[in-house]
Amino acid sequence: MLSLSMRVLLATASFLLCSAAQAAAIGYDGARHLLNRAGFGASDSEVVEFAALDRAQAVERLLAGARREASLPPPAFVNAPFEPYYRLREMSQEERMAAQRKLLEQGFELRAWWLREMLLAQSPLTERMTLFWHNHFATSQQKVRLASLMYRQNALLRREALGNFATLLHAVAKDPAMLVYLDNAGSRKQAPNENFAREVMELFTLGEGHYGERDVKEAARAFTGWSLDRESGEFVYRRIWHDYGEKTILGKSGRFDGDEVLDILLARPETAQFIATKLWRELVSPHPEEREISRWATVFRDSRYEVKPLLRVVLNSDAFWAPENHATLIKSPVELVVGTMRTFGIHPFDLRPAVFACAALGQNPFSPPNVKGWPGGQAWIDSATLLGRKQWVERVFRGSDPTTPTMALENAPEPGDAAKATPPEQRYRRMLERGMAGYGFDAERFAKSVAPARDRPDRIEHLLLATSAVNRPEAGLEEPERVRSLVSDPAYQLK
Amino acid sequence: MTIDRRTFLKLASAAPFAGVHGIARAAAANEARKLLVLVELRGGNDGLNTVIPYDDPEYARLRPRLGVARDQVVQLTPRTGLHPSLEKLHAIWDAKELAIVQGVGYPQPNLSHFRSIEIWDTASKSDEYLDAGWLARAFALSPSPSTFAADGVVVGPGAMGPLAGGSVRAIALTNPEQFLRNTRLAKGGGESSNPALAHILRVERDVLLSAERLHAGRKFTTEFPAGAFGNAANTAAQLAANEAGIAVVRLSLGSFDTHANQLGTHANLLRQLGDGLAALREALVEADRWRSTVIATYAEFGRRPRENQSGGTDHGTSSAHFVMGGAVKGGLYGAPPALDRLDGNGNLPFAVDFRSYYATLLERWWDIDPRRVLGGNFPTAAFL
Repeated sequence: MLSLSMRVLLATASFLLCSAAQAAAIGYDGARHLLNRAGFGASDSEVVEFAALDRAQAVERLLAGARREASLPPPAFVNAPFEPYYRLREMSQEERMAAQRKLLEQGFELRAWWLREMLLAQSPLTERMTLFWHNHFATSQQKVRLASLMYRQNALLRREALGNFATLLHAVAKDPAMLVYLDNAGSRKQAPNENFAREVMELFTLGEGHYGERDVKEAARAFTGWSLDRESGEFVYRRIWHDYGEKTILGKSGRFDGDEVLDILLARPETAQFIATKLWRELVSPHPEEREISRWATVFRDSRYEVKPLLRVVLNSDAFWAPENHATLIKSPVELVVGTMRTFGIHPFDLRPAVFACAALGQNPFSPPNVKGWPGGQAWIDSATLLGRKQWVERVFRGSDPTTPTMALENAPEPGDAAKATPPEQRYRRMLERGMAGYGFDAERFAKSVAPARDRPDRIEHLLLATSAVNRPEAGLEEPERVRSLVSDPAYQLK
Repeated sequence: MTIDRRTFLKLASAAPFAGVHGIARAAAANEARKLLVLVELRGGNDGLNTVIPYDDPEYARLRPRLGVARDQVVQLTPRTGLHPSLEKLHAIWDAKELAIVQGVGYPQPNLSHFRSIEIWDTASKSDEYLDAGWLARAFALSPSPSTFAADGVVVGPGAMGPLAGGSVRAIALTNPEQFLRNTRLAKGGGESSNPALAHILRVERDVLLSAERLHAGRKFTTEFPAGAFGNAANTAAQLAANEAGIAVVRLSLGSFDTHANQLGTHANLLRQLGDGLAALREALVEADRWRSTVIATYAEFGRRPRENQSGGTDHGTSSAHFVMGGAVKGGLYGAPPALDRLDGNGNLPFAVDFRSYYATLLERWWDIDPRRVLGGNFPTAAFL
């Protein structure tokens, strides 16, 4: 049994140790951990730069870099006049197919554009959070079809990525792509469409189990009339479709409209808890700790849903930095693909092969599987996607000629290009040969980019792996082979 | 009969050995385990416009815009018919190899896609949370012979669903030939106490095990329809023809979540389903596997009988499902939709608990005790 004074002494010591950890430099491993989780990979020089900072300094630097707009100019099609949906319906069969091919093509342009933004981003955290909100307010081009609306939503998600969640929620509810995706655009008072009303409670705010079927029906009435202007594709409020009657939602009654319903949802404590839990799974580990999350949720609510204060408390928390939480998360396909390119300074001129790779590995941006987004975690890796990941890594690090088409390309969605006559396999192989040329790992350049140091082999391992390799590289292996061995290791799939 | 403490302890300590014997016996009995092909209709299929009570005046009243006209329905009985896109199933019905189970659902239905499919995948009660899928539990209890290529194969994208969790040997692939080409990249070995890493290593081991016993490239004279579901049906046929056994193949098709403008989308999806399943049947006959295969559909829920004003239907409850195979006793099971007995939310009551549906497959197809898998006694149906 410990005496009381001993306990006090221990508690004081652990408190001092704790605050000492917070004030000390985060070091090379800490910097890699932070940059991999709050961004997409990181080069040796970026890691070195952050290694000298303490926790708070490192986190403040990331937060201070946040942007509200992309650094690249938008894809060219964005500036073209809006093509209303009804035109698609008025077209002949042939015209419609040509129009659909064009939309598909624009979709690929949009995806390549976003991956480029992630790759070049001065603030990877901004893109990371934009992707987080895309997964939260999941919307798919497969249903929305118009790439221009997907772009508008992406710009909105970025604008509030580190802005304000309440503002974002209100804006997303009126966002044209969302209005189409969850069918609210056509919802009228006589028989309201319940799709958006249900998902806004289940997936965007409260979480399952914190509302009833009656709440869904009543909320659906409040959202009637939130629609889309036929000509401009902008939000429009159709008074004649709106149900002005009294509704009762989560115990509150009134002649609510959609905005008032959203405010009711934002006033519930479950909402902040739900978002904070999601952020824990995204940034910390697969095992949420309710007490710590409640602390974060309180910060979130007290700041009226400002995202930066929430991220500040998350990224400064002991849970985020705890060694036992390192290497507990599986990289998403986008993190693997973009992260590898960022880490090794690979900047191909054509990013479509990277888009196809992400899609084949199970994360096609702008096309989440459903409104719940990508399930993530261990579900990222099954036998098909594991082999696909290995193949992608092999291709980048071997630079071998493509004797067999990669799974990434075979399974990729149709590029919708003119060359319909060539068999898909041949088409993809050609694209691969052309496009993947810029994806090779340049061992020489990489060698120069990692500052020479006495502990160099060790340092490269710490740059690439969040935990020790399952298959240790053979002793005496030269550098390029050593790097190949490390990125082929199962541990490279973790962050 | 009461069990005193001593007897109980004796039984408890003997249990591990009983387990070993159980496995050995099960393995011998299942040397030629029959194949189950599950087809998930992702997003919740509109059962009412799939298996249509065309003679019910309530149907026309609830579906003024979406209702399928009597003369369009593929009539099976004087009251019940199929959506016209499913015309290819008519021949299977005529051969008495198509069972239609109507009103499959569960008490206290949950109308969330994600929670409800979890309930279906884990065969839980509405308010119960289970970790492992119902098939993973079944195979833990009665493992497939070690000579099998895998317990289950999930074709195409999507979660492992009923095969998730537990110690089940399940792989995911889209095209077997391509899968086999890529298995050269898998390495064996390695253990880890890190759960994420352990998961990756296990997937890798399963890939290697299956790769040894999987053969691909069988050509059928059957023509499969173009598109993803036709390709998946082709893959299912190849897996069925594989020499080393596979107990379950899971296909999926979607999205059936037709909240708006349902007519065209639904007709198109059902066309893919009907044509794909008819081709799969033909190929299974060709491979001499039709009598040893059962195909069964499932989904998280059906849809609301009353159409909404966007030309669609919202989330509903019970729905109709198809079971087909050379050993299936064709006909109608369950109960036709009680359109005059909708609940307060305008949804249908259920006639057959989905766990009875599963219990039938477990007991009558595989001879696995359903009570031990489903945690309750659910009566089996006569379609097998």
